[in-house]
Amino acid sequence: MTVRFSLASLILLLTLLFAGAALAVRPDEVLADPALEARARTLSEELRCMVCQNQSIDESDADLARDLRVLVRQRLVAGDTDRQVIDYIVSRYGEFVLLKPRFNLRNALLWGTPALLLLAGGIFIVLTARSRRSTPAAMLTAEEKAALDKVLGN
Amino acid sequence: MVETGHFALVLAFALSLVQALVPLFGARINSQKMMAVGGPVAVTGFALTSLSFAALATAYATSDFSVANVWDNSHSLQPLIYKITGTWGNHEGSMLLWVLILTFFGALVAAFGSNLPAPLRANVLAVQGAIGATFLLFILATSNPFARLNPAPIEGRDLNPILQDLGLAIHPPLLYLGYVGFSICFSFSVAALIEGRIDASWARWVRPWTLVAWMFLTGGIAMGSYWAYYELGWGGFWFWDPVENASFMPWLAGTALLHSAIVMEKRSALKIWTLLLAILTFSLSLLGTFLVRSGVLTSVHAFATDPTRGVFILCILTLFIGGSLALFAFRASRLTAGGLFHPISREGALVLNNLFLTTATATVLIGTLYPLVVEAVSADKISVGAPFFNLTFGPLMVPLLVAVPFGPLLAWKRGDIFAVAQRLMAAFAAALLAVLVTALFIDGASVFAALGVGLAFWLICGALTDIAVKSGLGSVAPGIMLRRCAGLPRSVFGTALAHLGLGLTTLGIVGTLCFGTEKILSMHAGETVQLSGHTLRFEGLYPAQGPNYSEDRGRFALLGADGSTTSVITSSKRSYPVRQMTTTESGIKTIGFSQLYLSLGDEATDGSVVVRLWWKPLVTLIWGGGLVMMAGAAMSLMDRRLRVGAPSRRRKSTGAVPSASLP
Repeated sequence: MTVRFSLASLILLLTLLFAGAALAVRPDEVLADPALEARARTLSEELRCMVCQNQSIDESDADLARDLRVLVRQRLVAGDTDRQVIDYIVSRYGEFVLLKPRFNLRNALLWGTPALLLLAGGIFIVLTARSRRSTPAAMLTAEEKAALDKVLGN
Repeated sequence: MVETGHFALVLAFALSLVQALVPLFGARINSQKMMAVGGPVAVTGFALTSLSFAALATAYATSDFSVANVWDNSHSLQPLIYKITGTWGNHEGSMLLWVLILTFFGALVAAFGSNLPAPLRANVLAVQGAIGATFLLFILATSNPFARLNPAPIEGRDLNPILQDLGLAIHPPLLYLGYVGFSICFSFSVAALIEGRIDASWARWVRPWTLVAWMFLTGGIAMGSYWAYYELGWGGFWFWDPVENASFMPWLAGTALLHSAIVMEKRSALKIWTLLLAILTFSLSLLGTFLVRSGVLTSVHAFATDPTRGVFILCILTLFIGGSLALFAFRASRLTAGGLFHPISREGALVLNNLFLTTATATVLIGTLYPLVVEAVSADKISVGAPFFNLTFGPLMVPLLVAVPFGPLLAWKRGDIFAVAQRLMAAFAAALLAVLVTALFIDGASVFAALGVGLAFWLICGALTDIAVKSGLGSVAPGIMLRRCAGLPRSVFGTALAHLGLGLTTLGIVGTLCFGTEKILSMHAGETVQLSGHTLRFEGLYPAQGPNYSEDRGRFALLGADGSTTSVITSSKRSYPVRQMTTTESGIKTIGFSQLYLSLGDEATDGSVVVRLWWKPLVTLIWGGGLVMMAGAAMSLMDRRLRVGAPSRRRKSTGAVPSASLP
C-alpha cells in the first residue's frame, strides 16, 4: 500500500491503517525455531490483511493481521504442512485472503494470459514477416524508371 | 481571488470547446483562418487554467478556510511548503493539476508547432482541446475545488500527515507530466487517423514527446517508490498495489512506444503499430485515472455507493479509448506499411522488445482488473497480489533484459548476430565473473541471487560496450577513439545511459531482495544490536515538538570498530493531534550505495521499545538507476531538439555520424 497518484482517494484507508501504527511482525510473535519462523514468514507474505488495501499480513500493523500471523504460527507449531495452513486459513476467511490466486478454472484466464499473449504475438509477428517477404516489392512505374535512368545517366 | 479562479476555469472550459471544434472543422474544409484559431486558443486556455490553479494555491498558501477544499486539507500551523503542496494533495486539486499540465502541453504544441503542416497541427490541437474540455467539465460538474463554506471555519482539518512530506511536492507533478505528456502522442495519433496519413513530420514529432513524457513518468515512479520506501516504515520499494500498477502500465507501454517510435523515425517501419501503441499508452493513463479516481479499486461496491465521479470518468474513458480505437479500426488500413527488414536486425530486436513489453503491460493490466471482473461477475472476492506479479512479470522481464545489450549493436535492416555476440564477449565475461564471485564469496546458496547479479552486470557492461564499440574500440588508435566518442550522436549516449540505468536498477533490486537482512527486537536504552557487520546502540527516546505534531524521537548511535559513535540515526513516532493520526518516520543511514533502515514500534510498559532494523545492500541503486534512465532520455532529447526546432538545419548538422550505419 502506498501513496501515489491516488493520494486523496486512499487517504481514508491510510487513516485506518496508520491509526495506532505499530510494526508488522512483533518480537513476541517470532517462533523459537528459525526454520519454522522462516516458513511462517513466507506464508505470511502470501496472505492478505483483510482490513488493508493491499498489504500482506507480514507487513500490516492491523490487529487482524496480527491474529492471522499468530494463527499461522500456531498451525505450523502444531505440525501442519504449508498447504494445510493455507487451506485452513482459506476455509475460515475465503479465497480473498490469498494474494496469490489459486490455479483453478476460474483463474485460468488470469494465469494463462501472459503465456498466451506472448505466443499469439510471436505467431502474429512471424506470419506478418513471412507474408511481407513473399509479396514482391512494388515495381517502378514507367515514369519512375525513366526518371531513374535519367539520374543514373543511362 | 477564489471566484476569479472558478470563473477562469469556466472560461477555460468554454475555450477548450472552441479549441476542440473550430480547428477540426477548419481542417476539414481547409480554412486557414479556422485552423489558425487553435494556437492562440490553446495558449489562452493554458493561461486561464494557470490563473485558476494559482487562485487555489493562493487560497492554500493563505489558509483561506472559507474554501471547503482548503478547510478539508490544510491547517494554519502547517509549514508553508506543505500548505502549498496540499493544493494537489486531494482529489479536486490533483485533477486541476492534471488539467493544468494538459493545457500546458497543448500550449507547447501551439508555441513550437509552427513547422508542422497546418491541418496536422489543427487536428492535434483539436484532440488536445477535446480531452481538456471533458476533464474541465468533470472538475466543474463533480469536483469543484472552489466551493465556499459559510460561515468560514476558524481552523482547517489538516493535510493527511502521510502527505506532509517533500515527496508530495515532487512525485505527483512529475507523474502527471508523464501521464499527461502521453496525451500529445495520443493527439498526434488520432490526428493522423483523422487525416488518414502519416508523414515524416509526424514521426519526427512523436518521438521527442514520447521521450519527454517517458522521462517524467520514470522520475515520477522512481520518486514515488522512494517516498513509499521511507514514509511507510517497512522498507518495501514496490508493492504491486493497484494504484502503483496504474502508473506502471503507461510506463511499460510508453517504453514500448519509445522503442517502436525509433524504428518508425529511422526506418519508417512499424507505423501502424506505433500509432496504436501511442493510443494505448494514453488510454492506460486514462484508465489509471479512472481506477484511482472512481474508488472502484477498493471494491466494486464502493464504486456503486458514490458513482457520480466514477461514472463520469468511465464515460470519458469510453469516449476516448473507444473512439480512438474505433477510428483506428476504420482508418488503419489506409495507412501504408513501411520498410522491410530481416528478423535479425535492429528492427527485429525492437519488435521483440515490443512483444515482451506489451505482454508485460497486459499481464499487469489483467492482474489489476481480474479481481474486479471476478467480483462483478460472480460476487466472489479474490485478491491478486505481489506473488502473482512476481511469478508472471518476473519471467517476462528476464529474456527481455538478456536481449537488451544485443539491440543497439545490431545493424538496421539486416544484422549479424554472431558479430554482435563477439563484441559482447567482454560484457559476457564480466557477467560470468560477477556470477562466480557472488556464488563463491557472497552467497553460495542462492542460484537466483548469483544469476540476478550476473544479469545486472550483463546490462551495465553491455551498455558500456555499446559506447566502446561505436567509438571504434579495438580498430582505431585511442586518440581517434576519443574523438569519435565525443562525436557520437547524443541519442547513442541516451540509449546507453538508459540501458545502464536499467542495469543499475536491476542490481539494486537483486541486492536488496537477495542479500538484505532484517532484525526485529525489543530494546532498552543503552542496548546494542548487530546487523550485517554494523553495530547500533539505542540511546533512548526523546520527546520533541514539531510545528503541527509532537513526536518521540528514538536516537540510535552507529558505532565504529573502536566503539565510538560515528553517526546518529533517528527514527520517530509522530502524533498529529488534528487528525489524531500517528506516523512512523523511519531512520535511514546511507553507507555507500546501501542503507541501514530502522523504524520504531510500540513502547512496552517496561520501557523497552520494539525496533525493526534492516540492512538493505545497494538499495539506492534502484532509484539511482531511474535517475540515470532520466538522464538518458534528457540526453536523447538534446539530440532531437535540433530536429524538432529546425528540420532544415538538421540536414547540415547530423550527416557527420549516421548512427544507423555504425557497426
